[in-house]
Amino acid sequence: MPKPAESPAAADAGPLLRVHALQAGHARPVVGPLSFEIARGEVVGLWGRNGSGKSTLLQAIGHGARIFGGRIERAPGTRVAYQEQRPVRLSASPLTGLDLLRAAGPAADDRPVHRRQRGRPALPTPLAALLRQRLDRLSGGQYQLLGVWAALQGAADLVLLDEPTNNLDPHHETLLVDFLKADADRRGVLLVSHERGFLDASCSRILEIGT
Amino acid sequence: MVADYHLLDPLFRLPLLGGLLLACTLPLIGSLLLLRDEWLAALGFAHLAAAGALLGLTAGLPAVLGGTLAALAAGAAKALLGLRGNVAFAFMILAGWSAMLLTAANSGLGDSIGHAMMQGQLYFAGRTELIAAAALAVGTALALPWLIPRLLRARLFPRFEAANRLPAWRWHLAFDLLGALALAIGTATLGLMGAFALAFVPAWIAFALAPGWRWALALALGLGATGYLTAFQLALMLDQPFGPTLVAVLLAFALLRAAAVLTGRPRQ
Repeated sequence: MPKPAESPAAADAGPLLRVHALQAGHARPVVGPLSFEIARGEVVGLWGRNGSGKSTLLQAIGHGARIFGGRIERAPGTRVAYQEQRPVRLSASPLTGLDLLRAAGPAADDRPVHRRQRGRPALPTPLAALLRQRLDRLSGGQYQLLGVWAALQGAADLVLLDEPTNNLDPHHETLLVDFLKADADRRGVLLVSHERGFLDASCSRILEIGT
Repeated sequence: MVADYHLLDPLFRLPLLGGLLLACTLPLIGSLLLLRDEWLAALGFAHLAAAGALLGLTAGLPAVLGGTLAALAAGAAKALLGLRGNVAFAFMILAGWSAMLLTAANSGLGDSIGHAMMQGQLYFAGRTELIAAAALAVGTALALPWLIPRLLRARLFPRFEAANRLPAWRWHLAFDLLGALALAIGTATLGLMGAFALAFVPAWIAFALAPGWRWALALALGLGATGYLTAFQLALMLDQPFGPTLVAVLLAFALLRAAAVLTGRPRQ
């Protein structure tokens, strides 16, 4: 797979992501100016009222929204995983949970622990049961959890999660907090959620926007 | 009427092999078209290929070459203009149908060639069609291991490519061209609807029945090859045109999907 092209960015040892005085939107700016950094090992939460531009900020970082001012810098070689607020759900296809993990990239499948890159956590038991099931037979919560795991345990250095608790019941939300804490030093995470309790439980830092 | 021909008759060896290669290739291409929700593209490419084949014949080119050039042009235009969805494919179908029939009506070829393109003239396929089908099969076998992971990722994680500034146009263009090529060679060899049916029906059945992606590809390929061989034998035995016979056999296979619905297995 070709390496992603990079913006002129910070040094290797610096943060994964630097956002400087960013103003972003689609037709017009809806968020910013904002400045912050994310380093490897951090889970940063975005908190704000509806319409404050949280998802737009994630889209701008993922090159999916227009930048009206400021700049975004990524460390060279940074690979990004992006879990959307409404992940693509194919209505009828023969893809299984394992196919989804394979599509997400290396080290996100069900290879035995000894064949993984060193230190990667094994697939949690609730997800292992989903690997052989067709995606069109999974519940919304099961599909969401599998998608977030694929993003977190793939090859990405920077993981963008937009409302990862969508469709999750309290038990699965607890599992999601565990996912975010497992192997956390390997990556940085920026996540949007409207659930303050979840942000408090899972994030090392919370940014409030639109206040 | 029952004719005294059989599947392995030396007279039909070249058409049999050429068609069999296509019957193994088109269902794989069709599976990816179905995954991308672009199955109508198969019909669009087939119509444009048929029109290109007829235009090529009027200029003295082999049908395979004319059809391939027309379909490749359409595939490149689709990829480069970023056309997605059924509207673009509907216009391909209309443009191809109109050009094909107008060419047939206003050239020395006459309506009979147009009908032959619609029905399929597999038994007249020769060395040129066999070489084209073999090249397509080899090219597909080499390209799919590179294309499939990228196309699956693009379908399931559509923001990944932009977020990582990947040169996604390479694999999307490559697949559009491969699909166009496959339908062009298929149309020139098996006829318009025969090629479309081989791309669409086996994949459509496999998507409902298979327990996973790799199984779906294997099942689609198996259904395509089995349906083709069955239709080849039936058409020879019963002295029927090949294209409609192939479509009828594949439609009969589609009952498998109905059976899956009745037994409560995964379905669309």
